[in-house]
Amino acid sequence: MEDELAASIAIQGAVWGGAKAFTVTSGPGFSLMMEHIGYAAITETPCVFVNVQRGGPSTGLPTLPAQADMMQARWGSHGDYAIIALCPNSPQECFDLTITGFNLAEEFRVPVLMMMDECVGHMTEKVIIPEASDIAITPRRFTSKTPEDFRLFEPREDLVPDMVKAGDGYRFHVTGLTHDERGYPSMNVETQDGLVRRLQDKLKPFSNGRALCETEHLEDAEVVVVSYGITSRVAQRALQMARQQGVRAGKFRIISAWPFPERHIQELAGRVKAFVVPELNLGQMVREVERSAAGKCKVMAVPHAGGSVHDPETILKAILEAAR
Amino acid sequence: MTVATLEIPGEIPGEIPGEIPGEIPADARNPVEPFLRMDRMPHIWCPGCGIGTTVNCFTRALLDSRANLDKVAIVSGIGCTGRVAGYANLDSFHTTHGRAIPFATGLKLANPELQVVVYSGDGDLFAIGGNHFIHAARRNMDIKVICVNNLTYAMTGGQTGPATPGQTISATSPYGVFEPSFNLVQLAEAAGAAYVARWTTYHVKQLSRSMAEVLNKKGFCFIEVLSPCPTLYQRRNKMGDGLEAMKFYKQVSKVRNGAPTSECALTKAGEIVVGKFVDRDRPDYLELLKAQMTESLGERYAEPEVACSQC
Repeated sequence: MEDELAASIAIQGAVWGGAKAFTVTSGPGFSLMMEHIGYAAITETPCVFVNVQRGGPSTGLPTLPAQADMMQARWGSHGDYAIIALCPNSPQECFDLTITGFNLAEEFRVPVLMMMDECVGHMTEKVIIPEASDIAITPRRFTSKTPEDFRLFEPREDLVPDMVKAGDGYRFHVTGLTHDERGYPSMNVETQDGLVRRLQDKLKPFSNGRALCETEHLEDAEVVVVSYGITSRVAQRALQMARQQGVRAGKFRIISAWPFPERHIQELAGRVKAFVVPELNLGQMVREVERSAAGKCKVMAVPHAGGSVHDPETILKAILEAAR
Repeated sequence: MTVATLEIPGEIPGEIPGEIPGEIPADARNPVEPFLRMDRMPHIWCPGCGIGTTVNCFTRALLDSRANLDKVAIVSGIGCTGRVAGYANLDSFHTTHGRAIPFATGLKLANPELQVVVYSGDGDLFAIGGNHFIHAARRNMDIKVICVNNLTYAMTGGQTGPATPGQTISATSPYGVFEPSFNLVQLAEAAGAAYVARWTTYHVKQLSRSMAEVLNKKGFCFIEVLSPCPTLYQRRNKMGDGLEAMKFYKQVSKVRNGAPTSECALTKAGEIVVGKFVDRDRPDYLELLKAQMTESLGERYAEPEVACSQC
């Protein structure tokens, strides 16, 4: 396509034509796609956006790493809505989690954002690609109703409506306007309230217990390092060094960043001394950690403006300080 | 460039079933009703607006082209004409401002058996969406673009747009428009469209016929329909109501099929050249894609499968 605006809406045309589709970008291109993340959210179009994060703002640092689009991923399009964002930290996970991303997009009918960073995006490592028959695929849930009985946005019990595709005789209408269950524009307080709440509420099962994460040494941890993407691999070294120095440090690697795994953080906050949150930005996900910890323990940001990764020693220093 | 079939007959085939002399029976239906979502009436368009006329012509074209309506999808952007998709009883998409064409591109590529029609206004298609228009024409994407050109941004209050003629008054040009406007048909031809025509809402028969023609033509087809906006453009420029606009179109329009599009620029009060200007055959995007892939990959190339609704 000619630009990111086109790519980010063409994939949605393809989805309503019956295909599964995704688009890939970095930096300014992600900013250009924001309007259509909102369109995918309100039209409940299952699709995947990949953002290999670079330093910003604007053209910033092409081909150099950052993790500074994490809040943009959650809030970048106007209005209230919810999305899922996943943060792989290796080429293998880029493969595996993209499949997971497509499956979650179909299950919840939301745009899923693959939030990589330049290091993970350009990394070369062994990747095991399973046989196609061994890959679990969530098929699109097409309606079994007849066109006469079908309403495009009538939710099932799980608050997610069934899909259709163009050309099957349903004569359905999709709009970015606030709409009723028929898909017709209905711009009033009641419809807005019902629709916008459902767009958020349908992700509750995912927020409540299905968050994806990787943990280590949480049983006895007094300090927990919360990280994601390439930073989690740097933090791994810092954690090893801290353990060698006798600090009971644990790991909480965020894999699904949005919805934020607040229950996990809340639970840990009650029994640890501190969270250490290194990230390649000047403080984004650390705010979510602070919000979830709600004052029950210390939260230390380890900011980095991007262009490179942290030194493990910098993270180690923060761990040692937090353990004091 | 070759221009084929230039003659436009005065009469279109088919009876008009709505024309019943004398009293109208209580169960009489407008013949366009099956093509519209009657549960969404009344529509939002102003008295004298030409968009409804174009929709009437479009329904006539659907009838005449004998299209399978389950396989016709309509995609609109934002604006007064952007609301057409919502009223058409087809698979219909009201997308974001300017992005109807890329949405339609994805829809067509995923499901090539669909006949995909983009129906939108001059501001949507040629300002915010102008880039997509030229690229889809360049690729000869097999979609049909109908542009209702009311010469202004009507839904937002009548601001200057890319098709607003010079010397006219608009909400954002109270002293007169001084920037040059696009000649839409010339732009379409230069970018590579396979079919280019222009009519006004006075030329309902010719417009219906053009619309039916593009529904049976492969490639990127473009029809510009000049249409009055009595509420904003006509009023500000003292051009009267919808009826006055019809008289004006009748008076100044000149049918010149095959006219060089460079000679078809619109001015405030000058001649309106209408007709079919371009009708040529170029391989479309999907044909080129398939040819390239087959040449490069041979039997390894598998055409994408469309998901099955029963799967």
